[in-house]
Amino acid sequence: MIDVHLDGRPLRVAPGTTVAAALCLGGDGSSRTSVGGQRRAPFCGMGVCQECRVEIDGQRRLACQTLCQPGMRVETRP
Amino acid sequence: MSEHYDLLIVGAGPAGMAAALAAAPSGARIALLDDNPVPGGQIWRDGPGAHLPPLARRLRDGLERHAIPVWSGTRVVAAAGPQALLLEDPTRGWRVRYDRLILCTGARERLLPFPGWTLPGVTGAGGLQALIKGGLPVAGERLVIAGSGPLLLASAATARAAGAHLLRIAEQAPLAALARFTAGLPRWPGKALQAARLFDHRYRAGSHVLEALGDDRLEGVRLWQDGSTVELACERLACGFGLVPNTQLAEALECALRDDAVAVDDWQATSRPHHYAAGECTGFGGSELALVEGAIAGHAAVGEQTQARRLFPRRQRWQRFADALARDFALDPRLKTLARPDTLVCRCEDVPYAALAGRDGWTDAKLVSRCGMGACQGRICGGAARVLFGWTPPAPRPPLSPARIETLLCLEDEA
Repeated sequence: MIDVHLDGRPLRVAPGTTVAAALCLGGDGSSRTSVGGQRRAPFCGMGVCQECRVEIDGQRRLACQTLCQPGMRVETRP
Repeated sequence: MSEHYDLLIVGAGPAGMAAALAAAPSGARIALLDDNPVPGGQIWRDGPGAHLPPLARRLRDGLERHAIPVWSGTRVVAAAGPQALLLEDPTRGWRVRYDRLILCTGARERLLPFPGWTLPGVTGAGGLQALIKGGLPVAGERLVIAGSGPLLLASAATARAAGAHLLRIAEQAPLAALARFTAGLPRWPGKALQAARLFDHRYRAGSHVLEALGDDRLEGVRLWQDGSTVELACERLACGFGLVPNTQLAEALECALRDDAVAVDDWQATSRPHHYAAGECTGFGGSELALVEGAIAGHAAVGEQTQARRLFPRRQRWQRFADALARDFALDPRLKTLARPDTLVCRCEDVPYAALAGRDGWTDAKLVSRCGMGACQGRICGGAARVLFGWTPPAPRPPLSPARIETLLCLEDEA
């Protein structure tokens, strides 16, 4: 199993789990806040729509195209 | 110094893997790059919730056996010279030169706006399937799948296997079109079997989504079904209206398009010398067509015309299947009228339908709003605007995807 941090909270996931799945396993599934203030969640699931962009270890990345790695810190409200 | 390859392949789905394996015995120096975490494309996306067929494993093993480098998690940022690309992965940006290029950039889902489509809980149909394969938990959740095409059935099968409680599959195509499609299936026995296996009694023809309901997240869906509206309470709605070929990179490389797909000849060669394309970026048709097109492109790119020609009959057989798909799952014009004035069309920049309706075209719309200028660069709203207003977005400009400044500086280093 892999230990990560989601918005500061510890979370344990199976190897091969995407960050997009982790958002749901450890939170409400949402990834970002839109320019109009709505919460959004992964939508296209395959790296196209950019709705699932989150901050991972300080870098902006797509949750659906990123696999959880040990010690990863994911922020959905940077 | 930039790296150099005889053959560079963009996309490690069925077409890209088949292209690499067809070209490998020639001894050409090959590299394969792919945006996804592991090779396989969307159809064979791997993960804790995926069940890969043996063929997918054989192709992946083949890449390893031939020691073909596969750069996963890697995106093309820009063309970087006459036969060179600027690439980026999570750790570095770099430039790669090539003699021959094969574009296997696949297709994305056509995602159309309807009221509530931005609510968490709403995803693409193939999108939900991809998310479940990556470990998204859906056990016990009530699910409605809507849109068009065989992908709805495949997505439903994945979701049910993961424990979702499937309430409805709403296919917009009318029953008559589906009957024609199904009647033709025995010409492709494998597909007929697949359809029989995937068929689900919650499937309805001539039915489409009207609205996703909920305040902060999805609570239900309103559907058009059997001539009236029905409401179903649910936690998930997966909605996809067929596929759109990914042509951005081909356009940036000045390869000609035909019918919104990359135009290719019998050898899968594009209009630009030394540049080939295969799979769904040349028009959607499923993995069987992508595999044979990829193999033809791989052989042709290393000068093996005889081997390539041997595969022509197989390609023709699967091309007929693709033609039947395009004909029988044509979109109902009513789907253009789902959005209300305040429905967001551009999800990146929160631009509503009212800001776009009545504009002269894509460029005019961009001059008065930020439509298509957000992170996805018009990949979602551009495809939607094409259906809603008949607009054709111009060829994309670099960077083709959001990139780090350090990556863009690689262009300067090489200049």
